[in-house]
Amino acid sequence: MDIVKMWQVFWEKFSNPDTLKIVFGTGLINTLLIAVLGLLIGIVIGTLIATVKVMPKYKLLPRVLDKICSVYVGFFRGTPIVVQLLLTYYVLLPLCGVSFGSLNTAILVFGLNSGAYVSEIMRGGILSVDSGQMEAGRAVGLSYSTTMMKIVVPQAVKNILPTLGNELIALVKDTSVVSFIAVVDLYKTFQEIGNRTYEYLMPYLFMALIYIVLVALISLGIKWMERSLRKSDRRN
Amino acid sequence: MIDVINLTKKYGDLTVLDGITETIHEGERVVIVGPSGSGKSTFLRCLNCMEDPTSGSIIFDGEDLADMKVDINRHRQNIGMVFQQFNLFNNKTVLENITLAPWLIGRKKVKGRAARAELKAQITARAHELLQRIGLDDWADKYPSTLSGGQKQRVAIVRALAMNPKVILFDEPTSALDPEMVGEVLDLIRQLANEGMTMVIVTHEMGFAREVGTRVFFMDGGNIMEQGTPQEVFGNPKCERLQNFLAKVL
Ligand SMILES: Nc1ncnc2c1ncn2[C@@H]1O[C@H](COP(=O)(O)OP(=O)(O)OP(=O)(O)O)[C@@H](O)[C@H]1O
Ligand SMILES: [Mg+2]
Repeated sequence: MDIVKMWQVFWEKFSNPDTLKIVFGTGLINTLLIAVLGLLIGIVIGTLIATVKVMPKYKLLPRVLDKICSVYVGFFRGTPIVVQLLLTYYVLLPLCGVSFGSLNTAILVFGLNSGAYVSEIMRGGILSVDSGQMEAGRAVGLSYSTTMMKIVVPQAVKNILPTLGNELIALVKDTSVVSFIAVVDLYKTFQEIGNRTYEYLMPYLFMALIYIVLVALISLGIKWMERSLRKSDRRN
Repeated sequence: MIDVINLTKKYGDLTVLDGITETIHEGERVVIVGPSGSGKSTFLRCLNCMEDPTSGSIIFDGEDLADMKVDINRHRQNIGMVFQQFNLFNNKTVLENITLAPWLIGRKKVKGRAARAELKAQITARAHELLQRIGLDDWADKYPSTLSGGQKQRVAIVRALAMNPKVILFDEPTSALDPEMVGEVLDLIRQLANEGMTMVIVTHEMGFAREVGTRVFFMDGGNIMEQGTPQEVFGNPKCERLQNFLAKVL
């Protein structure tokens, strides 16, 4: 098949309203859902872990929590996300006797996974906030955790927003493995087009293009956010 | 008001406070002077357990703050602290800097939407009052980074006042300021002194120490080497190290 023919075959299938609906209405949406919700869960988990990591370690409880967090981060950074997906979907959830759908499982696993990475980013962010902020909070009688959540973490988040944007980009790309647990994501929809037309070059090239556009849009978003943050710094 | 009993603080092998026993009485304005590294800040920070004492007791309101089991947060509400570097909350407006702690702490004690709204209004009104007092009410909605050093420190002082503390601890409140801003901050502290606020002030401003202090501690090597009224300590120093120190700074 020559290139023109390939394109025609692809385009005929792709431009079909049913296909478009699947690609953008299901595939793209699922990809974004997993990445964005995964990141949000990751930020919550990552913030909790980072808070434990920077806690003073005089007492027993923080030391125990610290160990638990280390094991958690070690597991999620030490195993491929595909393995985590498979283990959760085919082993862990059935063992526990629960099933809440492959999409929800993917969101959960990406959230747990991202939590491990965000915890490191967040820890750096927290350490970048002047220690005087924590002292001032404690000196007026606020607890460690209240000062952390109301004063230190908001400033840390502001410092690490660009890095979190990069985490989102990584997540968007990593979601392309969720078809392992039968989630219909962007990749799956283009693979399906290939399966129907027996021609994979154009679908995969076009898929790559969509990923590139997605990443470019997120990068633009980050740049815009950085700029407006810098502006608010000046205005402050 | 604060009974310090046999307070020691060690960092590893380094003994920074060497068994200090002292009482700070209500209405007193204790000024602490001494050479750099003598333990002034450490002593002050032990008073509200920002540094945990290695041994000894800090008795305040009938409880030993050095005891890990006391609710230190509750006591710190009654012990204001003002830092050399101001430490205003950067992510909060000037007004929020003042209202944050009274609100977060106060709202736990009242039940119901109406009562909470009333509390919030009260706290906000009080914060505006405090800002008016230091002439910065127009800055209420600005962020700390737009303020000058002197303005920041005055906000930090009223932030402490907003908790209605029984005593305020100052650690070199003017050392990070440009010279032209020192006056406005000292004026505010002087006002508080005249109103009878109990204060403990670490400072290098000897003139101010002399003027505002009711009692002066001279610290050296982790001990209070000499103390007395400003007249005694500055006018008639007994120990040789204090004489040398004064010769250098006066
Ligand atoms: N966190 C710490 N770890 C180790 N050593 C410390 C710590 N904090 C203070 N020190 C040491 O304790 C000693 C007393 O320090 P402190 O800050 O109380 O002195 P200071 O009298 O306030 O001096 P300055 O006038 O310079 O502020 C110094 O030798 C200092 O190096
Ligand atoms: Mg000091």
